Amino acid sequence: MAATPIPLEVRHIKKRFGDTEVLKGLSLQAHKGDVITLIGASGSGKSTFLRCMNLLEQPDEGDLIVHGEEIRFKTTRRGREPADWKQVVQMRAKLSMVFQSFNLWAHMTLLENIIEAPIHVLGKSKKEAIEHAHALLDRVGLTARADAYPAQMSGGQQQRGAIARALAMDPEVMLFDEPTSALDPELVGDVLKVMRDLAEEGRTMVVVTHEMSFARDVSSQVIYLHEGMVEEAGPPGEMIDNPQSPRLQQFLAPKY
Amino acid sequence: MESLLTWLENQLADNSIFTLQTLSHYADGLTTTVQLVFLSLIIGLIAAVPLAIGRGSRHAWIKWPIFAYTYVFRGTPLLIQLYLIYYGVVFVDGIQESWLWVILEDPFIPALIAFTLNTAAYTTEIFRGAIKSTSKGEIEAARAYGMSPGLTMRRIIIPSAFRRALPAYGNEVIFMLHASAIASVVTIMDLTGAARFVYARYYAPFEAFLFVAAIYLCLTFAILYFFRHLEKKLLAHLQPQTG
Repeated sequence: MAATPIPLEVRHIKKRFGDTEVLKGLSLQAHKGDVITLIGASGSGKSTFLRCMNLLEQPDEGDLIVHGEEIRFKTTRRGREPADWKQVVQMRAKLSMVFQSFNLWAHMTLLENIIEAPIHVLGKSKKEAIEHAHALLDRVGLTARADAYPAQMSGGQQQRGAIARALAMDPEVMLFDEPTSALDPELVGDVLKVMRDLAEEGRTMVVVTHEMSFARDVSSQVIYLHEGMVEEAGPPGEMIDNPQSPRLQQFLAPKY
Repeated sequence: MESLLTWLENQLADNSIFTLQTLSHYADGLTTTVQLVFLSLIIGLIAAVPLAIGRGSRHAWIKWPIFAYTYVFRGTPLLIQLYLIYYGVVFVDGIQESWLWVILEDPFIPALIAFTLNTAAYTTEIFRGAIKSTSKGEIEAARAYGMSPGLTMRRIIIPSAFRRALPAYGNEVIFMLHASAIASVVTIMDLTGAARFVYARYYAPFEAFLFVAAIYLCLTFAILYFFRHLEKKLLAHLQPQTG
């Protein structure tokens, strides 16, 4: 096959915290342009699953293949860990993550936040990084806030800034970990709009979210997790408008 | 310069205590105090950064010796540390015959060593606390963006911890300035040494010590001002924008 490698593939990920098995063999394939949303109740393992994809959590079992390159693991006294951290660093540079609590670096201005990793991880020139950053700030509507510190911005601005920071890496895949959960309701829309635009331009995204309308309208695939297992998966139209499993039906039912 | 000296001499003409000679004693004392405090702070600061990082190491053989060091030097009086180093070195076998004695004979060096060890211990703990309180999310973001532990330390943890440590470190600097007064007990003619000399010479405690207290006060204000300026600049990111 001469096709370009799949941006992200994970196979049979298992993860235990102490005696509790939180992920019971999860797999996922993100092809170019896919928007995969992970939904489920809190404690279903969706965030842990996402964090296993860039090894912020170390899976106890399972494979991780990023852009055709399989991550090598070794088993030590402390458990399973990557055999080659250099490989992990390169892998992480291809997957950029957007966090629930933004996690912008507080002592840097927004512009500095955006150019930090491109310069120091990807080795870009400062001039090039700054030019790219300004274009990205324009995209997310924050041109005027380039020199503001995170503490001086609203949550919605911080999260859009964090998305610009993620885009600055030219990632293969973007990972979103509940990007709107920490936001005031009136600020959610701006962030979701940016994410919709990204999906439309063909970005590959894996999104953990509680926003069902986003999952329905934007994603190419929805995966519903329950207690560390895939309860139901499929295209959003079928999944969300016509759920099969009783658990998903209950999960999607109006709460009031 | 000439005329200034004459002017000063005229001003002091009716004054039996603050003669040009005693004033020059104070000036020399000021130089010694500033040298002693400044040098020990600089060396202590440079030493404290790696020590603070090592203090948080997961290797016991790095972590515990540093903890023992900071614990001992923070847990005992600076005066005792100074005595031990100043009087103690004499009893080290063969030291009086070695080249080291040339340096150690001068009380300035033992005092500098004691002060440096003391301030480095406190500064290590100040930095350690600041490093520990770095937001976990920011460290996680650094990892997620492909930064190695070393790069994360250099670009994210140290710069943010340094800023957070600034107010506490400013206090440490003032504390060291005041603590340096005890250098006078090992015959160093620092500011306090000069004041003691003037007191002994004229038997005028208020003049001798109030004057030196005023000099310490001025130095303290200068340090406070410097740190306030630095905080304003470096902690801007913590201030919510107004207007």
